[in-house]
Amino acid sequence: MVEVTLWGALAAAAEGNSKVEVEARNIRELFKRLSERFPGLTPLMDRGIAVAINGTIYRDTWSKELPAGAEIYLLPRLAGG
Amino acid sequence: MTFDPSHAARSFSSVGTRPIRPDGVDKVTGRARYGADFNMPGQLIGRILRSPHAHAVIRKIDTSKAEQLPGVKAVVTAADLPDLTNGDTSMYDILDNCMARRKALYDGHAVAAVAAIDAHTARQALKLIDVEYELLPHVTDVDQAFAADAPLINDTIITKGVDPKPDRASNVSMRSQFGHGDVDAGMAKADFVVERTFRTEQTHQGYIEPHACVANVSSDGTADLWVCTQGHFVYRQHCAQLLGLEASKLRVTSSEIGGGFGGKTHVWAEPVALALSRKAGRPVKLVMTRDEVFRATGPTSATSIDVKIGALKDGTIIAADATLRYSCGPYAGSWAEVGAMTAFACYKLENVRTVGYEVLVNRPKTAAYRAPSAPMAAFAVESAIDELAKKVGMDAVDFRIKNAAQEGTKASYGPVYGPIGIGPTLEAVKNHPHMKAPLGKNQGRGMACGFWFNFGGQTCTDLNIGMDGTVSLAVGTVDVGGSRASLSLVAAEELGIDYAQVRAVIADTSSLGYNDMTDGSRGTFSSSMATISAARNAIKILRARAAQMWDIPVEDVTWERGHAVAKGETHGNLPNLSLKEIAAASGTTGGPIAGHSEIVADGAGVSFATHICDIEVDPETGATKVLRYTVVQDAGKAVHPTYVEGQYQGGAAQGIGWALNEEYIYGKDGRLQNAGFLDYRIPVCSDLPMIDTQILEIPNPNHPYGVRGVGETSIVPPLAAVANAVSNAVGVRMEHIPMSPPRILAALEA
Repeated sequence: MVEVTLWGALAAAAEGNSKVEVEARNIRELFKRLSERFPGLTPLMDRGIAVAINGTIYRDTWSKELPAGAEIYLLPRLAGG
Repeated sequence: MTFDPSHAARSFSSVGTRPIRPDGVDKVTGRARYGADFNMPGQLIGRILRSPHAHAVIRKIDTSKAEQLPGVKAVVTAADLPDLTNGDTSMYDILDNCMARRKALYDGHAVAAVAAIDAHTARQALKLIDVEYELLPHVTDVDQAFAADAPLINDTIITKGVDPKPDRASNVSMRSQFGHGDVDAGMAKADFVVERTFRTEQTHQGYIEPHACVANVSSDGTADLWVCTQGHFVYRQHCAQLLGLEASKLRVTSSEIGGGFGGKTHVWAEPVALALSRKAGRPVKLVMTRDEVFRATGPTSATSIDVKIGALKDGTIIAADATLRYSCGPYAGSWAEVGAMTAFACYKLENVRTVGYEVLVNRPKTAAYRAPSAPMAAFAVESAIDELAKKVGMDAVDFRIKNAAQEGTKASYGPVYGPIGIGPTLEAVKNHPHMKAPLGKNQGRGMACGFWFNFGGQTCTDLNIGMDGTVSLAVGTVDVGGSRASLSLVAAEELGIDYAQVRAVIADTSSLGYNDMTDGSRGTFSSSMATISAARNAIKILRARAAQMWDIPVEDVTWERGHAVAKGETHGNLPNLSLKEIAAASGTTGGPIAGHSEIVADGAGVSFATHICDIEVDPETGATKVLRYTVVQDAGKAVHPTYVEGQYQGGAAQGIGWALNEEYIYGKDGRLQNAGFLDYRIPVCSDLPMIDTQILEIPNPNHPYGVRGVGETSIVPPLAAVANAVSNAVGVRMEHIPMSPPRILAALEA
């Protein structure tokens, strides 16, 4: 079980929850569980979400493990120039 | 791949040196092939007809006269680019931006295109296309567009991120919010508060090379595109989707690039060139004019930003609040969201809140520009921070050092930071001789900090060892700033050979697996990780081949400084085998030797910089002269220090231009009035002093050598550093970028 913090727009789509507890071992499972629990999140996830694990931002490594007790933060998927 | 701590103490052989770039000779002798330098037998010339109106319904387009003009081989409109986006609104916006469908949404919006036997005929044909417009009210100013009674640009836009969901359309496509703590309670405790509204005007990336491509769609369904781009794999993906082509049948080859800075991460004319070629059955070359580049591509957002920051008497920032309105052009975007994330990222804050609004305007579709959205937010925040330091009675640097984020700080955008470099850049600035140099009359000094995320992304690399022992490195990230040199250094470092034995090339989309584009400061970061991985895979094969040649177990072979070395009591006396010797024997030991790598290079480290600027202001004319400028930035590990310094200097130069001169100027008719470098003035060498740089190396724990991206952060602090310098010189807080002479005079007279 990991605790995940959602940024503002995601929290609104997750029935107002800014923090949720999810049973997930990696980012792929995290997205799947969140999508099942909060269908409103799916369009935002399709648009792209990044996951910060203990401060390091992951955009595409969905196999990345979520260590117990880690700080997990969902952020918009950003583009650069 | 994580940082190898042994590299921290080790002396690199190749990495950290400054060899001449492999593309340098061709570039200074005119042999390098840029987008417009490619030609094909039988090619046609494409030209695009653009709307002269800021906002208009396209009632009818009559192309019959143009089609009848001798020499015209194809005319296309939106009807030739049917909507194949399957509900993907982001792709639909790209399609509509490439060729207007129902409405022209800005001055310069493409409405039709022709392909003809020469440029003269193509231009004549454009004049024969009759477009019937129904003019609509327009709005080009971000604050006016934000107002409830503004002309509506898209009646399907309902603001996202607002609860309850609005019941009517507006020009605000999204609201986003970040932060933590209780800002209102924190502000109530503040002993000093600064509250101001800042504005920045829209700028262009200002790349010297206009967009250019040659498209060739064959009758067998295959297609080629030669194009100037920052991301040929992404261009392939977008063009294939918009044209209904299979990605594997569209081969995209990137040319040399004369600047991109984010503006060449988006497709503009390339789908149109492909549509023309498909219709004409011949290759089509399409090169934008400078006027088109300004009117139809790449500008950044114009912004309007409210900032309020409170501090205690001891200099602790107790609360920080910002509301950011960013223009997106006529399509939904997420530019203010990024500004809201970066605004206060440099600081350790208990109570912070940022709210971003994406605002539609009748201007070109906003595009990424080097650390997109961060410079404007930094201008507003760093200006207010400077003013707050004065109110508290602290030195500007000391005030920032006291409040700087550090490892373990909860970032204003959410997560907790790992090891970061903001504190060391501030300490370096505090101790820099620049800060102690005397100033003269009408001169001021300013400093400012900046933050950018940096990204990694999908990356694929091939490393091939020739039978003569030289190495070909095929990478898929377009070289925008010297990455071929940097990646050759990395390959040489890993293999233990000389830099001159490695040649890096940018492979086309049919020769290598998918690569994300060169954006987010990822080129050297991610492709160096893939190159290290590919080299290590090649070394495994080299060791196995040496083991064959010696007839000993591969476990007894190590790789040291470019040689296979036999270990163990029974064969320890075997003479080492060089890479060249092993390569020469490869034909009889198993064939070609190569290393391949495909990775997702996540884990790019965030980046911070602090800049110092000295400026002189003529109080009679408002003219400014930058006297001295210093950049201090964390690079993690500088692979090729000269190109790291070049990135620092380039970002600072662009930021100085943005701060002092550059802006899109629209008339009341909604038309752009300065679509050219004569009236849109970017700084030239004679405008700038030599920009001094200081590279800090705080290793990124997620890269084997500790590398961080360096390409973007350097444009974040200059707007604020220059504004603080001007404000200190004239004694008036500057709130509006660019600080052109009329604005400075107006501020002095206010």
